[in-house]
Amino acid sequence: MITIIRKELADYFTSIRCLILFLLVFVASAVALYAAQQGMRGANTESGFIFMGLFTVGGTISLYTFIALLVPVIGIALGFDAINNERSTGTLNRILSQPIYRDSVINGKFLAGMITLAIMIFAAMLLVGGYGLRMIGVPPGAEEIIRLFIYFVAVVLYGAFWMGLAVLFSILFRSLAISLLCPLAIWILLGIPVSVFNPYISFIVPAVTDSLGTGLILLRLSPYFLFSEATAALLDPLFKGMGMYTGDTTGMLLYRPLSLDQSLLVVWPQLTSLVCLTIICFAVSYIVFMRQEIRST
Amino acid sequence: MDKKIVLETQDLTKRYDGNTVVDNLNLHVAENEVFGLLGPNGAGKTTTILMLLGLTEPASGSARIFGFNSTREPLKVKRLTGYLPERLGFYEGLTARQNLRFIAWLNNMSDEEAERQIEQVLESVGLTEVADKSVGKFSRGMKQRLGIADVLVKKPKLAILDEPTAGLDPEGINQILDLIAGLPELGTTVVMCSHRLYEVQRICHSIAILAKGKLVVEGALDTLGREALAEGRYRIEVETDEPSPQLIEIIGKISGVKNVEAEGNFLHITTDSDLRAAISKVVVDNDVALIQVKVREFSLDDIYKKYFHEG
Repeated sequence: MITIIRKELADYFTSIRCLILFLLVFVASAVALYAAQQGMRGANTESGFIFMGLFTVGGTISLYTFIALLVPVIGIALGFDAINNERSTGTLNRILSQPIYRDSVINGKFLAGMITLAIMIFAAMLLVGGYGLRMIGVPPGAEEIIRLFIYFVAVVLYGAFWMGLAVLFSILFRSLAISLLCPLAIWILLGIPVSVFNPYISFIVPAVTDSLGTGLILLRLSPYFLFSEATAALLDPLFKGMGMYTGDTTGMLLYRPLSLDQSLLVVWPQLTSLVCLTIICFAVSYIVFMRQEIRST
Repeated sequence: MDKKIVLETQDLTKRYDGNTVVDNLNLHVAENEVFGLLGPNGAGKTTTILMLLGLTEPASGSARIFGFNSTREPLKVKRLTGYLPERLGFYEGLTARQNLRFIAWLNNMSDEEAERQIEQVLESVGLTEVADKSVGKFSRGMKQRLGIADVLVKKPKLAILDEPTAGLDPEGINQILDLIAGLPELGTTVVMCSHRLYEVQRICHSIAILAKGKLVVEGALDTLGREALAEGRYRIEVETDEPSPQLIEIIGKISGVKNVEAEGNFLHITTDSDLRAAISKVVVDNDVALIQVKVREFSLDDIYKKYFHEG
């Protein structure tokens, strides 16, 4: 399997696709940095987490928003042709006639994609963090670093879900176009209503939540929503979760940051759900791939 | 002399949506021979191969390669077996050498061993000069050669080649056929599918003909020919100048001769065994000028046609 990871990584790093994705991430980081610079002064710094503001300040063009937007695209872009491309070029049956297990092909590709994704996100965060540090001159506290790291893990998990989904479609469909469009359609479908409902994009503690309720349960099936909730809580200590209080009680909430472990408690179910969704995608991929015919024609 | 059987199938059957593609197939391939698998398109050759490698599950029956069950122990089978698919694909962005290296790594070869082996197989298929060019720039024939290199790089005990000479020029075909014919000496048994009968005839020791998933005939090439066209007998052709009726009569009396027919200057003699020496002696003793005596060889073409006329 390590051989496959090695080869896939080499493929990714020399591909134009990855170059474009890296450029995209780089541009996003630059824009986010600019937004942070503009918004930092007026930002809410009462919580005492100034460094983290670099990632969240700037509203729709903050790194936080960009990452939420880009990660599914990167995940899909890395995974949508994983299997069917090999099948159409005829390399799949050549590999499978070698003494390896079938699942190591999927695993290898998936892990290589994850490594690529992790490098991209890590680079983006370091870029913003590093330049931001020069800009604002406030070093991050230990808690901020831990929060950011957990955020990073959540992002990779989120990317893993989308890549898993894309890999599943690449197993199901022989045509590259279909296996690209299907996960993209799902992404858009899940993304649109959430951004209509979801007031967190602007990163303000929600004022109105009572209209949700049963809708919230449905929303929580969507990885998009799970991710926004999880990362909101991770990056904003003031965020105390959703659905636990109604509009009437919002005013009664204490305006005080949660400690790290409390924040983690808030996001734990969301992270678990994300992992679950990824595992489901993967399980289906395995089963389908194991039973599939491997023909050259 | 009984040879060790390395590949064996028992009532191997495969169905797709109710169509039986491979029907109770029983094949036997002996060690260190070149075995030809023949049959018209859609006869089930590729499906059989996929089942042999454990890439497709049979509906019933089993295949064993070196004693390992292909369905249950595919990894052990694939470790010993190299497969050249009909439509081959390489990573176009990688060079020939990198493609081979990947396969060598997947077979758990050490780096030094892989490099040595790659160098050797590239040389044997004549690709050394282009080893570091990306495969995307290769011609069809070069890819075909690389495909064979790809099979050989893992030093298989059994090589299964689906149309190994497709897309090659005549010179390339000869080169590759020689290479394949030389494999048994190096300890590799070969199973090859081909539509070009003369190729099969040239290098195969045994053949099997499939039609509609069923085995039509299996056996060694030379005996098959006699069985197919002369009910297991030899056919000897004698050319003389002016064969006389007495001569025909005398030849007919040689023990073992079943039938003598004259056709111009040729005598077609059907015998139970190779009686060329006895026949030529009789001809010369009767003061008839003997021009040539030969056992008629059966081309695979004849065999193939015969079975498909009957079928």
